[in-house]
Amino acid sequence: MIKIRNPRDFWSGVMFVAFGGAGMWLARAFPYGTAARMGPAYFPTLVGGLLAAFGLFIGLRGLAVDGEGVGRFHFKTLLLILASITLFGLALEPIGLFGAVFILVVLASLGGHEFRLRETVLVSAGLAIGTVLLFVYGLKLQIPVWPSF
Amino acid sequence: MDLLNHLLLGFGVALTPINAAYCFAGAMVGTLVGVLPGLGPLATMAMLLPITFNMPPVTALILLAGIYYGAQYGGSTTAILVNLPGESSSVVTCIDGYQMARQGRAGAALAIAALGSFFAGTVATMLIAGFAPPLADLALQFGPSAYFSLMVLGLVSAIVLASGSLAKAIAMVLLGILLGLVGTDVNSGLPRFTFGIPELADGIGFVIVAMGVFGFTEVIVNLELKGTRELFTKKVTGLWLTRDEFKAAAPAVLRGTVLGSLLGILPGGGALLSSFAAYSLEKKISRHPSKFGKGAIEGVAAPESANNAGAQTSFIPLLTLGIPSNPVMALMIGAMMIHNIQPGPQIVINQPELFWGMIASMWVGNLMLVVLNLPLIGMWVRLLSVPYRVLFPSILLFCGIGIYTLSYSTFDIRLAVLFGLLGYVFVKLGCEAAPLMLGFILGPMMEETLRRALLLSRGDPSVFVTNPISLCMLTTAAILLGVVILPTVRKKREDVFVE
Repeated sequence: MIKIRNPRDFWSGVMFVAFGGAGMWLARAFPYGTAARMGPAYFPTLVGGLLAAFGLFIGLRGLAVDGEGVGRFHFKTLLLILASITLFGLALEPIGLFGAVFILVVLASLGGHEFRLRETVLVSAGLAIGTVLLFVYGLKLQIPVWPSF
Repeated sequence: MDLLNHLLLGFGVALTPINAAYCFAGAMVGTLVGVLPGLGPLATMAMLLPITFNMPPVTALILLAGIYYGAQYGGSTTAILVNLPGESSSVVTCIDGYQMARQGRAGAALAIAALGSFFAGTVATMLIAGFAPPLADLALQFGPSAYFSLMVLGLVSAIVLASGSLAKAIAMVLLGILLGLVGTDVNSGLPRFTFGIPELADGIGFVIVAMGVFGFTEVIVNLELKGTRELFTKKVTGLWLTRDEFKAAAPAVLRGTVLGSLLGILPGGGALLSSFAAYSLEKKISRHPSKFGKGAIEGVAAPESANNAGAQTSFIPLLTLGIPSNPVMALMIGAMMIHNIQPGPQIVINQPELFWGMIASMWVGNLMLVVLNLPLIGMWVRLLSVPYRVLFPSILLFCGIGIYTLSYSTFDIRLAVLFGLLGYVFVKLGCEAAPLMLGFILGPMMEETLRRALLLSRGDPSVFVTNPISLCMLTTAAILLGVVILPTVRKKREDVFVE
């Protein structure tokens, strides 16, 4: 049974091999060309190959040399923060900046350590008014503010 | 005197009311985001980029440059008063600056940080003025093979300077290059790695990658560490240095400036690296190394001078070679392209008003910062009493708006979220994101120069060693790599980064 001695290195290696391999594989769709007349696949294949090779080395090293474990994933924080930005992006055009700010701030605040409803609502309102004034009226950026009916 | 005439021309441009006003605005906004932990110059510049579209090019660049070096001033305030880096380049300032504040010498620490930064800024400005034009002349003779080797050298220095595993840093550079290739291939017009998504046809904007792997990831990681922050709300008094403090600080400022200026020129260098290197140098040569960590003024003076010097000299490769040495410089390139300015050696020759105006404005901006910053410290301190639970949603929001306004596309926001997730995985796996960023920026340029160099040599790769400039760069790169692989240096390098 092979033991993973350095999970950080091992999984980094796996990741690099995956990316490098994917790069090479996807590049197969294009003409390779020659060194003198490089096709669109030439450079990506070269870089992808090198990446996969280094990934292999790092991964194997992770099996041979002891090292640190992969840090704990804090899924709740991770998901809430990323979800807050994603939903902000999805909401921005249909419902406008004003409403989208509330979505982002409330969801993100839920991902923090201490959630205070009153404060979060106040911060959302302040930021919504502030950003609309600053970016839309002050800097004249073309961001939708209100829902488009 | 040629130089004098050029500088006069520059000051003429920089001191027009509109340019001076934007220089001031940039420096102030920069200080503000520098003071706020988590909001950096990159996000701010990205947010303000759209409003520079209608400005004259030189004004736009003056504003953006002001944000970058202003942030270096602001970062030290937070480091000294809150023991938290307002800017990543102020990480080491926390160590001794905060100790000084606890001993009631916050005023002196802030003063030396500002004065040291100003001195460094002045020297760095003169260096750019003196060295950029001859370097640009030299760069005009570079063929594609020399350019390619230069970028290899840049990437190698980024790898060598990255903390942690060498192999991982190389892999991150390669991954960055690969990501940089997403989009339409210039020569064949074929879309590469776009998965049929039309938004990817123009490639991935580097701001999106940077906001994801730096901005979003940092917020998530900060939220994981349940750190308590102790704010020094006590009145900051006594901005003057004692005679002994001055005596200790002056040579440290000088050393920090020299080191920072040199490291700033290197691709992958810039403010962050300069401050780290300056701190370890001070500690090494000090007669009382035990004082470090307990409020040594050298530990504030040197890194703060170095980061400002590095921030400014990192403009040299941008203005002379058209090569960005860090993500902020890449954004400057983006800003130039928007204004139809091709970054590279021809700027110095063809657009002297732009080049010299920008340089003069940097000195003017530094002067404004040192004059204004110390009296305004009370205001920055009040800003710092905002708790992180209020601050981080604001940071996310500003990043989100900054990404959206780049091309008014909500797809970009989703893409940045993906990079945020990737950045989080990088942190957990101990892979540093800085080399990835540099590879991402240089990747497309490397492919283009490699293609052209091999086309000219009819596919013969020996062109990279027969061209003298190219050979010189590659040899330097090989020596750098060889040196780090040596076991003794390897050990030392680890020590440096542990500090």
